Amino acid sequence: MGSNKSTIQYIPDVKELIEETGFSAAHIQRLFERFDLLDRDQMGTLRVEDFEAIPELAMNPIGDRIIGAFFSSGKETVDFPTFVRVLAHFQPTDSNRTKNSSQEPYNSPNRKLQFAFQLYDQDRDGKISRAELLQVLQEMLGMQVTDEQLQSIAERAIQEADLDGDDAISFDEFKKSLEKVDIDQKMRIGFLS
Amino acid sequence: MGRMCILCLRYRVVWCALFLLLCFSGGECETQTTQPSGPTSSQGVKPFHNEDPKPQAFPDPEKTNLPVFTMDYPRIQVPFEFTLWVLLASFAKIGFHIYHKITIWIPESCLLICIGLIVGGIMHSVKEEPPAVLSPDVFFIYMLPPIVLDSGYFMPTRPFFENVGTVLWYAVVGTLWNSVGIGLSLYAICQIEAFGVQDINLQENLLFASIISAVDPVAALSVFEDISVNEQIYIVIFGEGLFNDVVTVALYNMFSFMADMPTVESVDVFLGVARFFVVSLGGLLIGVVFGIAAAFTTRFTHNARQIEPLFVFMYSYLAYLVAELFGISSVLSIIICAITMKYYVEENVSQRSCTTIRHVVKVLASISETLIFFFLGVVTITTEHEWNWAYIIFTLVFAFIWRGLGILWFEGAVCFALVFTLPETINRRKLFVTASIAIIIFTVVVQGISIRPIVEYINIRRSNKDKYNINTEIHSRTMEHIVSGIEDLCGQWSHYYWKDKFKKFNDRILRRILLRDNRAESSIVSLYKKLELQSAIGLLDTPMGDLSAAPSIVSLHDEMKEASRPKKKFKTADVRKMQNILAKNMYKIRQKTMAYTNKYKLPDESDTREILIRRHASIRRSLRTTSFRDPPSRNIAKSQNIIRCSRAATWRQLLRSDEEVLVALLHALPSHSVP
Repeated sequence: MGSNKSTIQYIPDVKELIEETGFSAAHIQRLFERFDLLDRDQMGTLRVEDFEAIPELAMNPIGDRIIGAFFSSGKETVDFPTFVRVLAHFQPTDSNRTKNSSQEPYNSPNRKLQFAFQLYDQDRDGKISRAELLQVLQEMLGMQVTDEQLQSIAERAIQEADLDGDDAISFDEFKKSLEKVDIDQKMRIGFLS
Repeated sequence: MGRMCILCLRYRVVWCALFLLLCFSGGECETQTTQPSGPTSSQGVKPFHNEDPKPQAFPDPEKTNLPVFTMDYPRIQVPFEFTLWVLLASFAKIGFHIYHKITIWIPESCLLICIGLIVGGIMHSVKEEPPAVLSPDVFFIYMLPPIVLDSGYFMPTRPFFENVGTVLWYAVVGTLWNSVGIGLSLYAICQIEAFGVQDINLQENLLFASIISAVDPVAALSVFEDISVNEQIYIVIFGEGLFNDVVTVALYNMFSFMADMPTVESVDVFLGVARFFVVSLGGLLIGVVFGIAAAFTTRFTHNARQIEPLFVFMYSYLAYLVAELFGISSVLSIIICAITMKYYVEENVSQRSCTTIRHVVKVLASISETLIFFFLGVVTITTEHEWNWAYIIFTLVFAFIWRGLGILWFEGAVCFALVFTLPETINRRKLFVTASIAIIIFTVVVQGISIRPIVEYINIRRSNKDKYNINTEIHSRTMEHIVSGIEDLCGQWSHYYWKDKFKKFNDRILRRILLRDNRAESSIVSLYKKLELQSAIGLLDTPMGDLSAAPSIVSLHDEMKEASRPKKKFKTADVRKMQNILAKNMYKIRQKTMAYTNKYKLPDESDTREILIRRHASIRRSLRTTSFRDPPSRNIAKSQNIIRCSRAATWRQLLRSDEEVLVALLHALPSHSVP
């Protein structure tokens, strides 16, 4: 399993990673130790099975989608920088230490919303269609909810959010429907700050 | 949240009731014999052959014929009466649940006490005494362990260990604060001549206060809306209740010893503190020793599956008794034993034994609790009381105030019965007794009845706040699930150092010794095992139980048809109904802690099982679709493809690793292999 020695020097390009994501060196080290713990076959990358072996994630209703978010680049394994980049989304917005000002920081509210949006939009067409919304609702609701109830909830959700009448929710519409919600508060993990 | 309050209340009150009860009987029944008459004194039908080989010294005065029908009540008296009492209390319990409406407003404990009062009234009027078996020993040795085992076994360990510092702090400091505060205030009151209680001195007041201090008459309100705060608060109450028993006992011992002494020296206080440490650390040690022993024993039981549950009970009971032997905190020891043993035992024993253990623990605890409340009612009527208005009211008032001034606003556990083991030398013993009863009944009745309206009021206030729309509700919950998932992915980072060290120790040494089958990759498999999913999955595979009959994904073609439908208009009432549906049916996060709060039922894992069964169904569906249907449209993200491909590998891996799951999943795996 993970080694106790200070492993920060074994991570390639660690300085760029720190700059890009805004994590401190201590965080990167902890994340690396966690990465190492999850990496069963010790190949330096994580596969789907490594994610699925986490029981709590299996019990999460949208666990599959969360796992999918790590594999969005199409590669079959997740290397450490990708792992860190995904987790960078969950830093609190105000703890922005990145010096790289040209790129939008990972933990901006916009990027956080994009992350959430991608979980809905499985076919990557930039819109949440009714079918996709239905799928998510189905996953998140108990089995007592009937078909018609599901359909009407999805219908109502689209009606509320859809401003341009294309019967789907685009990213901007998604953002607008959540304007009253404090995104940073919702999508943050305290100990990553 | 409301459920949580109600359940915390129930748990606390059991403690009070138990001790109060035994104190009643402790005071009154000391002179009565408690030993049941053994079979040696039975007179039943005489056996043909006498053990005594002497010839009869004198002939029978008259020859009696063989009795056809005899009755020997004393022989079976004790077990018979015990069974009758249990039955009576259980009938009462069934009766309450038939009239469902009552139990919503009045907690079961109140109702049981009422029935007990009625029966006690009947007994009093016919001048019967309560059953002779109600002695302190019976309670401490037979009735308390199941309840404590129940709490210890179903305690959520992860949140507990994360918050152990807070828990202990509140248990120790909170109890101290309350007892000293209440004791001093009551002593001040006693100085006032008008109340006529001047003869109670400071030590006696402190003694009484140490007993009362753990009762919290302030209503248990959890008004926190943030779920993550809820978990912490919950575990603090839960843990505090368990552990301030230790503190209260130590304080009680110290004060009762001091109450006898004319003067108190500082060395006595110091000794009292030392005793506290001995008591708690000793309990911890004994619990750990027996827990490890149980875990180790279950490593070898794979050929004797039927007796596996026995070990859990025997070892935990032994832990309790050995601690009692040495006069250290038996409650602490049985809890620690249960916590230690649970993790390893549940991995070693078979699925059926696991279920059996859980059910039996619950049943025993339920019986004990029912009996306790019931007897509380009975015995209340049949003892003598001394009532002094001022003292009692002030006790209530001060308990309120000092608890309120304290940081916690939730109930604590009570070592109530101690009141009745107060030595007779204390003059106002009866007054103390009466005051304690008053407080406990007040607590049970007032808090029990008032919790529900308060919780409903709060819920109404919450839902009248700014109206979120449907989108916000759905997306907020999704985001909460995302965060929860990512947190689980990262693992817990607080107290990282010790947890990591323990985990390494656990993996390297403990698991190797204590587990029969130490395979690290079986966490998913053990999860399925734990949730008894094999049988559910087996059902899935029959055509009738196919859960993939949920709303299916509409194809592209259907979608276009949908879009051309006229838009439905939703009325406000519809929207509100939808919000209700969402509020009730969306899976909550952090389900694990809440699952353990229900005292009378096993932890509620139905949501988790639903999620996992659905996942299994969707995996199967996706494995099927890739084999049968057209290749997936290019629009589906590559990530889904990757996940699908690895799924097949995962299922094969699962098959290899556990024979029990193998049997269930064998017909689930499709015969086609996935590219």
